[in-house]
Amino acid sequence: MRYGIDDSPVFVIDQSRCIGCEACVQACMECGTHRGQSLIHLERIDQATTTQTAPMVCMHCEDPTCAQVCPADAIKQTEDGIVQSALKPRCIGCSNCVLACPFGVPKYIADFDQMMKCDMCTDRTSEGYAPMCASVCPSEALWYGTIEKFNETRSGSLLRDFMFGRQEVRTKVYTVVDELGAGALDVFAPTRSHWLDDPFGLEQEALDG
Amino acid sequence: MAKLPLTEQQLIEAYGPHLNEAPPGGWDAGLEIDRVVNTHCCFCGQQCGIKLKVRDNAVVGFEPWYEFPFNEGKLCPKGVKRYLQGSHPDRLLHPMERDPAAPGGFRQVSWDHALDRVVGEIRRIQQTYGDDAFAMLSGVSLTNEKSYLVGKFARLGLHTANLDYNGRYCMVSAGAGSKKALGVDRSPNPWSDIPLADVVWIAGSNVAETFPITTSYIWRARDRGAKLIVQDPRVVPLARTADLFLGVRPGTDSALFGAVLHTLIRRDWLDHEFVDAHTLDFDDAVAAVADMTPRWAADITGVPAARIEQAAEWWGSSATGMLLHARGIEQHTKGVDNVLAAINLGLATGKFGKPGCGVSTITGQGNGQGGREHGHKCDQLPGNRDISNPEHRAHVASVWGCDESEIPGKGIPAQEIIEAIHAGKIKGLLSICFNPLVSSPDSNFTAAALDRLEFYSVIEFFLSETAQHADVVLPGSLHEEDEGTATSGEGRIIKINAAVEPPGEAHLDWQILLDIAERLGKGKYFPYKNTQEIFEELRLASAGGTADYLGATWDRIENEMGLFWPIPEIGHPGTPRLFEGGRFFHPDGKARFHGVPFKESAEVVDDEYPVWLTTGRVVSQYLSGTQTRRIAGLVAQYPEPLCEMHPQLAERIGVTDGDIVTVTSRRGDITLPARVVNTIRPDTVFIPYHWPGAKAANQLTNRAVDPISKMPEFKVAAVRIARSPGHVETTDRRDLELHEGPS
Repeated sequence: MRYGIDDSPVFVIDQSRCIGCEACVQACMECGTHRGQSLIHLERIDQATTTQTAPMVCMHCEDPTCAQVCPADAIKQTEDGIVQSALKPRCIGCSNCVLACPFGVPKYIADFDQMMKCDMCTDRTSEGYAPMCASVCPSEALWYGTIEKFNETRSGSLLRDFMFGRQEVRTKVYTVVDELGAGALDVFAPTRSHWLDDPFGLEQEALDG
Repeated sequence: MAKLPLTEQQLIEAYGPHLNEAPPGGWDAGLEIDRVVNTHCCFCGQQCGIKLKVRDNAVVGFEPWYEFPFNEGKLCPKGVKRYLQGSHPDRLLHPMERDPAAPGGFRQVSWDHALDRVVGEIRRIQQTYGDDAFAMLSGVSLTNEKSYLVGKFARLGLHTANLDYNGRYCMVSAGAGSKKALGVDRSPNPWSDIPLADVVWIAGSNVAETFPITTSYIWRARDRGAKLIVQDPRVVPLARTADLFLGVRPGTDSALFGAVLHTLIRRDWLDHEFVDAHTLDFDDAVAAVADMTPRWAADITGVPAARIEQAAEWWGSSATGMLLHARGIEQHTKGVDNVLAAINLGLATGKFGKPGCGVSTITGQGNGQGGREHGHKCDQLPGNRDISNPEHRAHVASVWGCDESEIPGKGIPAQEIIEAIHAGKIKGLLSICFNPLVSSPDSNFTAAALDRLEFYSVIEFFLSETAQHADVVLPGSLHEEDEGTATSGEGRIIKINAAVEPPGEAHLDWQILLDIAERLGKGKYFPYKNTQEIFEELRLASAGGTADYLGATWDRIENEMGLFWPIPEIGHPGTPRLFEGGRFFHPDGKARFHGVPFKESAEVVDDEYPVWLTTGRVVSQYLSGTQTRRIAGLVAQYPEPLCEMHPQLAERIGVTDGDIVTVTSRRGDITLPARVVNTIRPDTVFIPYHWPGAKAANQLTNRAVDPISKMPEFKVAAVRIARSPGHVETTDRRDLELHEGPS
């Protein structure tokens, strides 16, 4: 699938579908602009208790915190809103961006003495192709396409507005939530009963329950 | 004399596994390319489409093949990094002969010398001990053309009955069960049926790690509102979001299926019309489950009765549904029973031959489906024909241009071949594409068997652990060096295209077999100039069989992005979905129910060995690891086997995550780090099997086999576990090893 300029494809992350296979990590390393260096993060949430993993590309904020805090003005945004890796001649390796990014995306990479991060595969997307990670993702936890296609084929709602304390952040990359209109999550509400609370029926369910 | 010429460690130093980290010339060198070749991944039965980038006769990278309909560009990490098996420092480039005095334990010899020696030994052994004392073992990473050729070569070239293949450890229980119940060994469905199912039931398949692309099909069903049921002793990654989890104790799947059928009958969630019109022997199935209440099954399986009833309700009251199963229910001494019990659920509710309906295996190996159809299974001839059936033999003899009497009879299956070698009945072996030292149960026994061979020759591209035992090593070809077809788990025949030529003095596999046949004086049966000519003969040999490829041509396969068999005539569109209109492949068109009583596994836990062991795979490794243990990025993901156990068990033996434990069975022991997770049953440990020697999980497994399929019981053994000295950090070494940057 090759997208035209009018298609305005978007990047979507649905963490619930991640299977932790690392195809994205391996494929990111094959991207022509940073071959051999993977720039996507795959986090294991708590391996002892869950197989949940979370792939993290750069969210490409509309007003990127990383660029705001860069003392060397090394982090630039393209006209399409893609936030790029630090410009090599300018980057002083101070790691302000690493500390400031609300999503934990930029990494200071010592071998290059430079901050590097996901650039949404500019070499591919500018040609109408999906980024490497979203191309290969077996479960479509990482997905690239039009919003119309998403709404037609996928469950869940697209979200791209976040609050971090008092900081409002709008991102170019979307994430998926069950329902946008459900209101704020009540973290003190009793959890819904689910087999996952006791997968092997050790506590809550008697075998004949 | 198939003993190791040097120590295992010395052989590893000489022939690997070494790690290939980057394409030839380094990461930046692969950016300019000569051409791109559309082909398929060399690993599992999904056979994802992939584009290989080629420069200077080397594969230097990949590009997603978005247009190929099965995977639309998607790949798992093995697919992404598969190209790094080429231009590998371990690649075998010359024929070699065992020589303990030579550096590395093998000396380079000429092709003439190697082939003369192989043929001389075949003749000596067969003249001394009889034709069947020389056996052949094959594998289903080979194309259809090569599988067909191996079948014909063993029967007419070697004239031995004793040919079998590594699918014996993979798909045979599913194949045997499907044949008994449905009359054919093929998935009933194209994968495009999965999104149409209202309930998707995954039984004994770690889909996320072993068939990653299938997760996208399952999610498409869920996006429509389908329920997902996962049946597994572990909360595997796909299970995490499932609507219902059935955490079965290893070896009890047929009890669970039986209780579900019991519930379907009791609640009358049956399709009586379908059962009456299209099936036989329903009464047998009903009688067998009469006492299998969910409460009874709960005690055996460890799954709460309410969950069993819930599964029955969803399966029985949904208009459409698919039950997909894999090695988790198949690698048992009752593997065929388990498959039959699963199929009973589909038949009882009329879930066959309609969109979004089916009970299907997920074929494991790359060409597991096609390879087993065309003749390197000990009891089969091309087209899924029966080697003991006089009519089938006559048809194949007419295509082969031989007298029917020249075709040997039924041979013995893979595990029995190894036992016969151990017993001194089989004296010589030729193998291709099979690493039984890692993949067979009870690896200490397998190693002892190999030592007893008088002569062993291997066709391989890397010196696998089994190949280390060879007297003569014949360097063969990689997947990307030859063209042909393969048939995916869907029953879709696809075209494999050559990207590069074999390096050094390595030869194409099929040419090596032709050279041996010529020297054995059987050249007249093997007149092929290329693999397409082999396919043309395969079409005729398969015609009229159940796996009928007559109407398939290479052009159509390529242009139509795959064709589903049967394709019984030229121009036939192929058959994506089987059993439409309730017409099954038995001569009377009816499917068969089977009464499946519950029986225990060959080995059960006791005071001495109180914990269940089950084995399986991880996402970054493939089967015996001959290829994937040589690719740096994949090794970094999961470098060595870990013993997965529940915190309750860990506490009982006094270990925490990363502590070293020794796991002992009646066959052997393994010492490895513990991974403590509460996503596994507290009475069960899991160890992946991809590694050799001291790291081989198969040191522990049981050689007991299914009486029908001859599948060994990889999924159930009894073990005891104790703490050993030492501790390692098991969590996420990936960051340390994978992100070091270009070097």
